[in-house]
Amino acid sequence: MPGPDLLSSQGLRLDGRRPNELRRIKCKLGVFTQPDGSAYLEQGNTKVLAAVYGPHQAAKSKSSTDGVVVNCQYSTATFSTGERKNRPRGDRKSQEMSMHLRQALTAAIKTELYPRSQIDIYVEVLQADGGAYCAGVNAATLALIDAGIPLRAYACACSASMAWRAGQPEPLLDVGHVEEAAGGVVLTVAALPNTGSIALLEMSHRLHMDYFDVVLSRAMQGCRDIEIILDRAVRDHLAEGWTKQDIVTI
Amino acid sequence: MAGLLLSETEKVFILHGVQDDYRSDGRSNIDYRPMELETDVVSHASGSARLRLANTDILVGVKTEIDVPKPDKPDSGRIEFFVDCSANATPEFEGRGGEQLASSISNLMQRAYHSSQAFNLKQLCIFEGKQCWKLYIDILILECGGNLCDAVSLAVKAALFNTRIPFVKAALMDGGNVDLQLSDDPYDSKLLDVGSAPLLVTLCKIGENCVVDPSAEEESCSVISLIVGVTGNRQYYTQEEETDKKTMEGKCTTIAMHGPGSVAPKTLKEAINQGIIAAKSLDEALGQALLRERQENIGFKKHSYGFLK
Repeated sequence: MPGPDLLSSQGLRLDGRRPNELRRIKCKLGVFTQPDGSAYLEQGNTKVLAAVYGPHQAAKSKSSTDGVVVNCQYSTATFSTGERKNRPRGDRKSQEMSMHLRQALTAAIKTELYPRSQIDIYVEVLQADGGAYCAGVNAATLALIDAGIPLRAYACACSASMAWRAGQPEPLLDVGHVEEAAGGVVLTVAALPNTGSIALLEMSHRLHMDYFDVVLSRAMQGCRDIEIILDRAVRDHLAEGWTKQDIVTI
Repeated sequence: MAGLLLSETEKVFILHGVQDDYRSDGRSNIDYRPMELETDVVSHASGSARLRLANTDILVGVKTEIDVPKPDKPDSGRIEFFVDCSANATPEFEGRGGEQLASSISNLMQRAYHSSQAFNLKQLCIFEGKQCWKLYIDILILECGGNLCDAVSLAVKAALFNTRIPFVKAALMDGGNVDLQLSDDPYDSKLLDVGSAPLLVTLCKIGENCVVDPSAEEESCSVISLIVGVTGNRQYYTQEEETDKKTMEGKCTTIAMHGPGSVAPKTLKEAINQGIIAAKSLDEALGQALLRERQENIGFKKHSYGFLK
């Protein structure tokens, strides 16, 4: 039974959140001028930048007539973690994350609209405090919207874990670094909440199948909550009516 | 610069502007573009700074580690620069694409900081011959809008100014090994003396004239640029008045040239002098800005913006 101490007797988590509470999300679209779309997203202490280039003509080796090729790169700043990283990208973890990003975002993009083209999505983790992948997906969605790329739905990612309180299972939403390190199960879901479908699901550690449904539904709830936050950010940004990109072109 | 295409006539326009000392964005040849600087933006690092010089965006994080000093310099600490060109800046940097540019910048910084008059490594010594601090200065280039070197050097100096190094509470000697106990309190720490840290100034030769702070467009018009590293002046970085007033001259710690062209020795000398003057005023402005921010920080008046501004 992993992590019985993840919840206090009052039902609060290590960082004082309730089990169904997200960390505070702050985000901004259009932070940079050079990329076609960019976004910055803070989820608690996790800070992520995303940039989108494209759609542009695909490299010959990658070109596909069926639809657009989505090219993702996930890199982590060397100073982002507690212990210094030696390489920002190219290690196994980043490559795996790049593949997961691609899977989640390809599901959201209307790929059939741009055959023989390519979209580059670059995610840079500036500060990692748990859930960097989820923050990366959320930031990349905002950057795609900023770039004006047609999406089927918002792609939102959220993680969930499990704790015990008074003998009852209690799923935890949006797992932070401390809870991740405690060694409990971490279920990461990237979903298109609008359509209710799941684009990517990944689970580490073990979880009894009896509890899978509650944890998954908690994670899906998180995705829906995040979608509302992202949607509001997009609407606010559009209401403001300009980005840094526009200033330069004037 | 990636993705930047200029026609011949556009280049001529820029060149004529430089000749008349009135550049395409309204600056004179010795003007810098506006900068935004914020320190303490990454909480996982001992010190950090983010600098935005027009379109150029640099994030610097300083991490500290305990290491063994080099045998030839037992009383000095170590400092290491690492530059990462993020693919956010241009798709060309994807994968290993930015490594060449990154290593050229990190080598330049390493050379500029090498001199003991530029940065006193003795302040990083803990236990002579046994233990010292090693500073990892990680520079992340998020957007390139020209004049990378100047922006990097300014951001590094700001991040070092912001760096806190914990005090050693106790040291246990066990045979030849030293076991250190560091203070846990984040405020029980010392600041570094970075007043003399060098700043780099790029002088871009466009036609017959040299300009400071070239934009990406101007960089593509120039055949050669000269980079000078000039030591800073300690008095701009301290509020204590009693420090000896003797103005320290800016000393060149490094000179580098980039580009396929060549310059006459006379132009070179003029350019170096121009660079030293520019570095001096940059240094003064940076010192004032950093002191003002620290003052605001002490009074809890500072708002943290990060990238949300």
